[in-house]
Amino acid sequence: MSVKIESEPLFSAKNLKLITDPINKNNPITVLVLGICSALAVTVKLEPSVVMAISVIAVVTLANVITSLLRNTIPSRIRIIVQLVIIASLVILVDEILKAFAYDVSKQLSVFVGLIITNCIIMGRLEAFALGNKPWPSALDGLGNGIGYGVILVIVGFFRELLGSGTLWDYRVIPESFYISNGGFYENNGLFILPPMALIIVGIIIWIQRSRTRELIENE
Amino acid sequence: MKKQSNLYIFMYSSVMVIIVAALLSLASTALRPFQEKNIETEKRLDILRSVGRATEVSSASNKHEYVGNEFNQVVVEQLVVNRKGNRVEGVDPFTVDLKVEFAKPEAEQNLPVYVAKLNDGSTKYILPLLGRGLWGPIWGYISLDDDFNTVYGASFAHKSETPGLGAEIANVDFQQQFKGKQIFRDSKFVSISVVKGGAGSSDPHSVDAVSGGTITSQGLEDMIKDCLMGYQEFFKKSKN
Repeated sequence: MSVKIESEPLFSAKNLKLITDPINKNNPITVLVLGICSALAVTVKLEPSVVMAISVIAVVTLANVITSLLRNTIPSRIRIIVQLVIIASLVILVDEILKAFAYDVSKQLSVFVGLIITNCIIMGRLEAFALGNKPWPSALDGLGNGIGYGVILVIVGFFRELLGSGTLWDYRVIPESFYISNGGFYENNGLFILPPMALIIVGIIIWIQRSRTRELIENE
Repeated sequence: MKKQSNLYIFMYSSVMVIIVAALLSLASTALRPFQEKNIETEKRLDILRSVGRATEVSSASNKHEYVGNEFNQVVVEQLVVNRKGNRVEGVDPFTVDLKVEFAKPEAEQNLPVYVAKLNDGSTKYILPLLGRGLWGPIWGYISLDDDFNTVYGASFAHKSETPGLGAEIANVDFQQQFKGKQIFRDSKFVSISVVKGGAGSSDPHSVDAVSGGTITSQGLEDMIKDCLMGYQEFFKKSKN
């Protein structure tokens, strides 16, 4: 008797949806409202936003794959602890490697290492997806959610650095001569470097997203 | 073994903890030499930056080598002094940990001084600083002209200040403000204050604070004052 193995192409429509969904319709920040804390804290400048986005993508993808591989052995009563251990060790490992081989990046990241561990998106994906799915779809799911989170971070970081400091990636965009202190007419908006402005920008993003994606709007 | 049994859970968590601990300690031990080298180079770089050197570090192919060469070229002497301004022999200045020193009674503190000779023949004295920011330690180096009053340059770094706010003390624009400031007014030690809302450029004793980084700025001001205070006797003795 031959056993029929059901195989699915690696990038089937169903699998691709795992990546694209969290970027728009199921975005962790704007739709699920997860990971807001780190989105406020690190988006003052573009560079840390990008570094944070890349680190979260790496950690959530790896954690998803590892959890998925172990999913049949993890006792359900301590599954949260197991997930935490996986995430924490991954983050520490990433941090140690960066400190040894990419010291400058690691200096940028220093504060955020703790924030990655506490990022509820990662736990949420492990709990909701990786525990019940195979490694490959879990990897895609992690990748999608990481990107969905990262995109919002980069957008917020872009506007906050541009309007709050007049620079992008620490390069001056708005010329010095425009500033009032140099006899011009322009002044940086100090509100943009404070955390509340990140919430307001996220709010605006949610508004735009909802007016474009009608199915996100709840029925009364 | 049943997956929900207590024994299984105990076994599972013990094995997990042992594997993770082994993995992390292995990584930590294997990577430590690289990390220590990075930290050492970073320290040399901070010292060089306080006298405006090592500006091409980002384009150097071998960072460790470039910084090492530059350091040996610029820093001609390293010494340790105590609070009375006398030299202390037998202590390597580069390995002095200010955190340990500040915990000692004042009379036993060892304070490092780096003497730099620049291309124009002038001698600068570089002094290490260590203080507290909002979230963690901040540190830096300040270089003085040989009148022991005028600041030639400064470089600051931090462990975990908020990016875009307190972390701006590591920004070159901020550090540049210190050039030309004076730490003595009528031969009385006044240090340099970090003023919120803009210091007049004519005031030789104050610089602009970082906007949104009040506590970090305050910590920086205290750091400069507290650290330079310990060198007062050294300044007096060296001037004569």
